[in-house]
Amino acid sequence: MTAARTINFTLNGMPVTADVKPHHNLVELLQMQFSLTGARESCGQGLCGCCTVLVDGRAVSGCLYLAVFVDGAEVTTVESLDTATTLSPVQEAFIETGAFQCGYCTPGFILMVGQLLDAHPDPDDHQIRHYLTGNLCRCATYPEVIEAVKLAAKKRKAAAPA
Amino acid sequence: MATTTMTGDQGTAKVGAQVGRSVPRLEARDKVTGRAEYTHTMRIPGMLTAKMFRSTVAHGRIKSVDTSAAKKLPGVFAVVTIEDVKKVIPDPYYGPAFHDQPILADGKVRFVGEPVAVVLAYDPHVADQAVQLITAEYEELPAVYDEVDALTSKVYVHDVLRPAGTFADLKHLKDAKDTNMALDYRLRRGDFDKAYAAAEHKFEHVFTTQKVLHLPFEPHATIADYKDTGVTLHTASQGPSFVRTEIARLLGWPENKVRIKVPYLGSGYGGKLYIKLEALALALSMIARRPVKVALTFEELFYQITKHPSTFRIKSGIDKNGKIVARKCEVYWNGGAYADIGPRVTQKSGLTASGPYDIDNVWIDSYAVYTNVTPAGALRGFGVPQLVWAYESHTDMIARELKLDPVEFRRKNIMREGRPHTTGQVLKDAACEQVMDTVLDRMKWSQPFDKGTGVVKRGRGFGIAIKAVITPTTSVAIVNVSADGSVTLYCGTIDMGQGSDTAMAQMVGEVLNIPTETVRVVPRDTDVTPYDMGTLGSRSLFHMGHAVKRAAEDARDKLKALAREVGEPEGSNTPIRELFVKRYGMQAGNVIGSGIFKPDYIPPAPGTGLSENVTAFWMVSGAGAEVEVDTETGHVKVTKLVNVVDVGKAINPKIVETQISGAALMQLGFTMFEKMHLDGGQVTNASLADYKIPGFHDVPVVMENLHVDTNQSNGPFGAKGVGEVATFCVSPAIANAIDDAVGVRLMDLPLNPEAVFRALRANAGKPLEDE
Repeated sequence: MTAARTINFTLNGMPVTADVKPHHNLVELLQMQFSLTGARESCGQGLCGCCTVLVDGRAVSGCLYLAVFVDGAEVTTVESLDTATTLSPVQEAFIETGAFQCGYCTPGFILMVGQLLDAHPDPDDHQIRHYLTGNLCRCATYPEVIEAVKLAAKKRKAAAPA
Repeated sequence: MATTTMTGDQGTAKVGAQVGRSVPRLEARDKVTGRAEYTHTMRIPGMLTAKMFRSTVAHGRIKSVDTSAAKKLPGVFAVVTIEDVKKVIPDPYYGPAFHDQPILADGKVRFVGEPVAVVLAYDPHVADQAVQLITAEYEELPAVYDEVDALTSKVYVHDVLRPAGTFADLKHLKDAKDTNMALDYRLRRGDFDKAYAAAEHKFEHVFTTQKVLHLPFEPHATIADYKDTGVTLHTASQGPSFVRTEIARLLGWPENKVRIKVPYLGSGYGGKLYIKLEALALALSMIARRPVKVALTFEELFYQITKHPSTFRIKSGIDKNGKIVARKCEVYWNGGAYADIGPRVTQKSGLTASGPYDIDNVWIDSYAVYTNVTPAGALRGFGVPQLVWAYESHTDMIARELKLDPVEFRRKNIMREGRPHTTGQVLKDAACEQVMDTVLDRMKWSQPFDKGTGVVKRGRGFGIAIKAVITPTTSVAIVNVSADGSVTLYCGTIDMGQGSDTAMAQMVGEVLNIPTETVRVVPRDTDVTPYDMGTLGSRSLFHMGHAVKRAAEDARDKLKALAREVGEPEGSNTPIRELFVKRYGMQAGNVIGSGIFKPDYIPPAPGTGLSENVTAFWMVSGAGAEVEVDTETGHVKVTKLVNVVDVGKAINPKIVETQISGAALMQLGFTMFEKMHLDGGQVTNASLADYKIPGFHDVPVVMENLHVDTNQSNGPFGAKGVGEVATFCVSPAIANAIDDAVGVRLMDLPLNPEAVFRALRANAGKPLEDE
């Protein structure tokens, strides 16, 4: 096992430092050093989307992304959306449409749907299915997620300044 | 009732009529913020991580295990084999039906992937690396993989079978040797042989289902924290009460020294039932004398538990009027190397193997069989999807062969209310015809159907099924009213995504006339939450629902008594907290209601397997599918899927709909592509890259999920379970649709393009060579 290296990055808006070994992935870093468990390793192959994390605003699979690579980067996790006041439109839409069952894959979906709506503010069914192909839900709550995306799109529009 | 009205500080949600509301899930916020805690991501101070060294042979005697190099790796705390386990647990065998599974391989290995040794380390990467340094030598033995071969094979997976004797419905199991048969359930109604011999038309078909698995996205995980004064297990389990019983038995301890805690469960589908990693975690914590976490990787799920592959030989005799007069069902269940709950699957599904049809002469043999593959257990249907695959395909084939309308053929034979079911129990609250009619209506079955032209052909198919809920089982619940009037529910049902916490809270709210959102459901903890048999088989809403309702009613009655005691006039509107203040002089005290439910039951009679009261309720479901078959590639596209179930009264219609949809889509994967590939007992596709599951693009363009409006007369608020039902008919509905489209009949799952293309070529007289 090789030696650890110190990295500096921004985590949910806050500058942080961590000691990581070359083989540590981003999920391990977040869970072991910052007790953030919203990004979870499931398939371990970057195929299910449960470990989704935003690095410099772009969704990555935290189970494949080596921790050392976030040195100097901006890292955003689902926990960034957990504020004392309101939830994000995407989170509200997921609750209102019941777009989850066990909830294990949900944080990954929440982040990915946010990115989807940034790219396509008013997505159709095909765009939704295509964009979210990399997120799997073993409870198969797919129809509800499609409904949630559409509702979130409406909520975002309503909240946007005219 | 007036004394239980709560006012003011109870939140802003609507009061009254809690049952029947689509209340958003109570735990929703925790789940969308990523704050929900699951065992797999949980850590406790001082915890060691365990990594397993697994067998590479399917059946063999262990000649030696060399752990010396692993032990020398810096950072390794210990390397453990069964010899170490026996020092702390002298009889280290566990299981719900048989005590057949050793905590680690004991002298023999019985399937590829069986845990042989474990490395403990603080750093999981060190443990992983050390596992790579372990070697083992085996004397390979002949292995048996096929469920039919295993019944006559001289290769025995186990030398002796030791029944566990835990469950009321498995008390009849006996010690046995020189057999791979864990259980045979038999049903004999009328005289099959005579009726079949006399029948005008005779049909015999054999159907198989493949090995698939649950794949919960939270893989199995357990943390055991053993102390000589008591042990705590944090575990991803669907049945903490059973885990407690089994851990206490292994320790020789009273149950009150064993505490099982279950946080949020990243789904289960039957895969986290009974006892899985808990016994190993216990042993490791005893050896290490500190907390130990055992958590599977995704790949390891393929070596933990699967669905039963099955072979179903079905024979039917039909009279000249199109009435089924005789049916024989021989079902072989491939249970793998350890029985797990296979015997219960075999028996309980065996009850309804002849389908929702009124047949006077029925013969059912259902065999739970040991083989040298990953053990099999319950998966969303307790065996019933495998049966329905066969009997609804068979039913369709008969209708086609006799040139009868497949719907009218079923209608002529369907079991109706008030008639004795095959088991002898009179059918009640089983809306077979209503479900069938609703499917047909949504499929627009009576209208002309475009069969397609050119290379893409279209077809449609249908199926209907029945299931008997596992009986008898017990649930207990407690409702605690605090002195401020707030209400807490203690129940052992595990909400693994099916929304049970919300539904149970709705029942409490209904009885106490308070908003569902104000009811707190405490996390599962056997030190706190009372007994429940387990969250399985769609039993919870009915059984635990009754217990919860009774507990809430008990609390309500005690609140009324409290009001009388403090001199409130009948019908007074005094807030509850004031009753407590009047009684105790301050905000103090509790009112505690409790409820227990266990349905009546008559065990199947030895010999005939018949019983007039074998199940607490029936589940009915139907499905219709429209498909497009590409005749040049064998690709099948499901363009429409209609799922209809009888759930009695829906406690939470939105959650019911999600359950129907989720179950049907899961079964769509088992129908169209999911398959564990095995080569000489080795799983060759143990990863999500190689084992495909349904994603967004697999969802049919049109999907309708409905429940018929019925009332379960003996259910809590007229309700019954819904978790599994929508899986039952998806597979045969699609196979029947493929036959309708292109005239080929597939009798083995999955219905992947290769299978369809091979069948098309064979049908055209140009069969492809075998692989």
